[in-house]
Amino acid sequence: MRAKISVKDLKKSFPTDQGSLQVIDGVSFEVADGEFVALVGPSGCGKSTLLHLLAGFDHPDQGSINIDGVSGAGPNSKGILMPQQGSVFPWLTVQQNLMFGLNGSAPAHQKAQIADHYAAIVGLTGFEMSYPHELSGGMLKRAELARALVVKPEILYMDEPFSALDALTSLRMRKELLRILSEERHTVVLITHDVEEAIYLADRIHVLSARPTRIQTTFQVPFTHPRALSGPEVQELREAVLRELGV
Amino acid sequence: MMMKRAALSKFWQILPSTTVIAILIAVWWLVVVATQSAIFPTPWQVVTGTLELAHEGTLWNDIGASLMRVAAGFLLAVMVAVPLGLWMGWVSAAFSTLNPIFQILRPISPIAWIPIAILWFGVGNASPIFLIFISSVFPMVVQTTAGVHTIERRYLWAAQNFGVSRYTLFRRVVIPAVLPQIIVGMRIGLGVAWLVVVAAEMIALRSGLGYLIIDSRNAGNRYDLVIGGMAIIGLIGLSLDGAMRLLEGLKIVRWRYAR
Repeated sequence: MRAKISVKDLKKSFPTDQGSLQVIDGVSFEVADGEFVALVGPSGCGKSTLLHLLAGFDHPDQGSINIDGVSGAGPNSKGILMPQQGSVFPWLTVQQNLMFGLNGSAPAHQKAQIADHYAAIVGLTGFEMSYPHELSGGMLKRAELARALVVKPEILYMDEPFSALDALTSLRMRKELLRILSEERHTVVLITHDVEEAIYLADRIHVLSARPTRIQTTFQVPFTHPRALSGPEVQELREAVLRELGV
Repeated sequence: MMMKRAALSKFWQILPSTTVIAILIAVWWLVVVATQSAIFPTPWQVVTGTLELAHEGTLWNDIGASLMRVAAGFLLAVMVAVPLGLWMGWVSAAFSTLNPIFQILRPISPIAWIPIAILWFGVGNASPIFLIFISSVFPMVVQTTAGVHTIERRYLWAAQNFGVSRYTLFRRVVIPAVLPQIIVGMRIGLGVAWLVVVAAEMIALRSGLGYLIIDSRNAGNRYDLVIGGMAIIGLIGLSLDGAMRLLEGLKIVRWRYAR
C-alpha cells in the first residue's frame, strides 16, 4: 500500500545575517492513511517549519514530499494547517468562519447548515453568531478545528494545538479531539512538546533532535483507546521518550 | 441603583476637566477686566457676539460652507486613498514605485500648496477642496498601505489553504483585516482636513469659519467674533473626531480594539 504522506531526505535552511541556518537536516518518514503521527521535539528545533513544508506553504531545499504520490501541489484543502497561534478570522463570526472554506455553489442557507453541524460536533452550539474575541481560548481551538473539518480534509496538520490552553482545558480538548476523529476518518500529523499528549493521541511518535533537526528515534504507541496514562507500560514509554529528549 | 452609580462615576470623571475650563475662563475674564482692554473681549462678549451672529444667520452659513468643503475634499481623498493604499500594500512593485513620491510630497505643509491651488483652481470652492484632498490623502494612503503590510501571515495562509478565489481573499480577508487601520487613517485625515479648511478660507474665500475670523478682525477689530469662531472650530473638530470614533465601534472592526 502506498503511504498517504511520504517524506524523503528533507532538508531546509533559512538565510540569516550570519549566513545560512540549517533547520531541517535529512528527515524521512511515512504516514499511512488514517494514521495519527506525533512529532515531538525541543522548542525551536524546526518542527513548525517541517509542518509548513508538509502543508505546502514552503519548499524544501532538498528531498521530496509526496502526498498521495503527488509532490509540490502547494497548499490546498486536502490538508489543512492549524497554526499554533490559530487562524480563525477575528472579523468573522464563528458561523462565517466555518462557512469560509465552503467554496462550492451551494446556497448560503445550506452552507450555514453544514457550518452549524460542525459547530455542534465540536460543542460550539449557541456560539455560531459570536465573534472570536468573545470566545475563550478553548472555544477558539474548537472553532479552528471545526473550520478545518468543514472542508472534509484528508489530512490535518496540527501545530501545538493545545499548548496555549490551561492544563484542564488541554486535557478536555485531547479527549474531544479523539471523539471527533473517531467520527470522521483523518490522517493527522501533530506537533507537540507535550509527551503525554503525544502518547494519549498518536499511533506513532517521532522524536526530533535539536536544530538542525532529524528524526532521532521512533516509538510505536500500541495501546488501545481510550488510553489511561497511569498504566505502567504507558509510564515506561513516557520515560523512554523523555530520555530521548534528554530530560 | 446601578444607574445612579454609573451617573455618579461619570460625574466624577468629567469634573476635573470642566473645573479646569471654568478656571481658565474665570482667569481670562479677570485679566480682561483688570487690564481694561479695549480690544480683547470678555467671555460674555464672545457669547453675545456669537449669538448675534447666529441670529443673523451668517454663522450657520459659514459653518455650512466649511463643512461642505471638508466633506467634498475628504470624501474625494477617501475614494482615492483607500484603493491606492490597498494596491500599494498588496503589489510590491506599486509600493516601490509610488512610495518615494508620496514620502516626498507628504511632509509639504498644505499651506505651501495654497499659491498653486489658487493658480490652478482660482479663488472659488475648488481651491480649499483641493487643499483638503492633498492634506488628507497622504496619511490615509500611508495607513492603508501599512495595514496591508501588517496583515498576519497566518490569516493569508488560512485563506490560501481553503483555496478561495483572489476576489474572496481580498473581500473577506484583506479588506476586513485592514479596515481598522483605514479607520485610523480616516480619523487622522479628517482632523487634518478640518485644520486645513480654516487656513485655506483665511486666504481666498468669502465664506466659511476661516473667513469669519479674518473678516471679523479686518472689519473693526471684532475680537469677540474671532474668539467665538475659534471656539466653534474647536467644538466642531471635536464632534468630527467623535463621529469617526463611532466607526471604531462597528462589529467588524471591534476585534482590533477589544483586548
